[in-house]
Amino acid sequence: MVQLTDVSKVYENGTRALTDIDLKIEDGEFVFLVGPSGSGKTTIIKLLTGEIAATEGEIEVNGYDLNTIKPKKMPYLRRTLGVIFQDFRLIEDKTVYENVAFAMRATGATNAAIKERVPYVLELVGLESRAKNLPNEISGGEQQRVAIARALVNNPQMIIADEPTGNLDPARSLEIMMLLEKINELGTTVLIVTHEKELVNQFSKRVVAIDGGHIISDGMDGYYNYE
Amino acid sequence: MGTITMNKLGYFIKEGFLSIFTHGFMSFATVGIIVACLIIMGSFSLIAVNVGDNMERLESENNIIAFVSENYTERQAEGLEDKLLAVDNVKSVEFVSNAEAMEDFIDQYDDPSQFEGFEPDDFRHRFLIYLDDTSLMEETQAEIAKVTGIVKVNAHLDLAESFITTRNVFGIAAAVVAAILLVVSLFIMSNTVKLTTFERREEIAIMKMVGATSGFIRGPFVFEGMILGIIGSLLAFLLQWGLYSVLMDKLLGSAGITFISIVPFSAVSLFILGAFCLIGIGIGIFGSSMAMRNYLKV
Repeated sequence: MVQLTDVSKVYENGTRALTDIDLKIEDGEFVFLVGPSGSGKTTIIKLLTGEIAATEGEIEVNGYDLNTIKPKKMPYLRRTLGVIFQDFRLIEDKTVYENVAFAMRATGATNAAIKERVPYVLELVGLESRAKNLPNEISGGEQQRVAIARALVNNPQMIIADEPTGNLDPARSLEIMMLLEKINELGTTVLIVTHEKELVNQFSKRVVAIDGGHIISDGMDGYYNYE
Repeated sequence: MGTITMNKLGYFIKEGFLSIFTHGFMSFATVGIIVACLIIMGSFSLIAVNVGDNMERLESENNIIAFVSENYTERQAEGLEDKLLAVDNVKSVEFVSNAEAMEDFIDQYDDPSQFEGFEPDDFRHRFLIYLDDTSLMEETQAEIAKVTGIVKVNAHLDLAESFITTRNVFGIAAAVVAAILLVVSLFIMSNTVKLTTFERREEIAIMKMVGATSGFIRGPFVFEGMILGIIGSLLAFLLQWGLYSVLMDKLLGSAGITFISIVPFSAVSLFILGAFCLIGIGIGIFGSSMAMRNYLKV
């Protein structure tokens, strides 16, 4: 569960990115966070992953109070989250399998657990035949699916995807969204940050719209009508 | 040690080795810097060891002369040897009879005829006394003077003092230069690792994102530093050995230089190997840790 209460963020250079944000995402929800560039979407993600701290307000993520969390505990908070980026962020000199296994190993998983879990997750994202390929040997859509597998492999409570389809064509984008929907149906909370109106409107999900650092709408109608 | 810890250790070692090969040029540069720093430090230390050894040799030749009373016969005088050896700080004694003393004295001059008519009795029997520690020459001189039968003790106190001062100054200079070289090596090493970590900042960011602890992220880099440190130390040791042997042959082979002695490499090789490994591994590990600091902030 994620809860932001009266959260504001002013960067050191004086830029006000968020003002009085109240947002609650329950376990198992599928939420689109939409808004134009510079609206504050990425700032929300950075706050949730503990990359930056709020100037004001309270943030709770999967049972961790981010106002009081100790730096030593930060890795454990991050293990409850699976983060996906627009630019995939794969390690170029590791194979698909190694990229996914790497995330498990980073949390101290045993070799036996890795050998059991990684093939399962690769199968889930439809990449079992690509396990031995390097990232530059597969397509952009496939690379994003590797990133999704990596985010999923530690069985996080929540997946946060920052513009996951930004570098993909419409067909591949739809595939990725459907994959994330499938993951949500398996019980993982999903938060997708995007500005792709057409894509959001294909799904009947909760849409939170943000602009100028304020939440301007939050509806279950699944329609992104912000211009 | 639990299974997870063994897993992690295996991962650190594997990643450390792998990274050395995948970042070949940086590894080569790092080893090169470690070798260069160790060779400079090692050469300087070997010079210091040799200078110290030669100084010690020269110093030990600076002896005390104890003159025996004229009333003692040669046999009686010789009998004082045990008493002198019993004095603290006396390493060895050498008896010189009055006849030998006269001979030695006359030998110093080109024309022995001018000493005709001199008798050995005009000279005293004497002992040349060598010390363990020349810095205690004054105290030892006083103790020797107390031995019954010894009437006069000559010691080159000023010479002993200048030896001690020179040795101290040289020792301090060597320590300062070694410390500066060590700091410079660490700085260069740290910057080299910084370049490596900069090249891999994306990998580090991903590790942080998936919830790796700082220790886990640092692990492979530290192991990499350690392995490069070991490789660098061993290479530096072999090079130092070769360099020293060549220089030693050249110096000993040149006819002009007969007054210096050279410490054989075998006498210091274990010490050099140990010191190189310690410093090399230390530079590797500490350099990596220092370079990683900025990347591990939450």
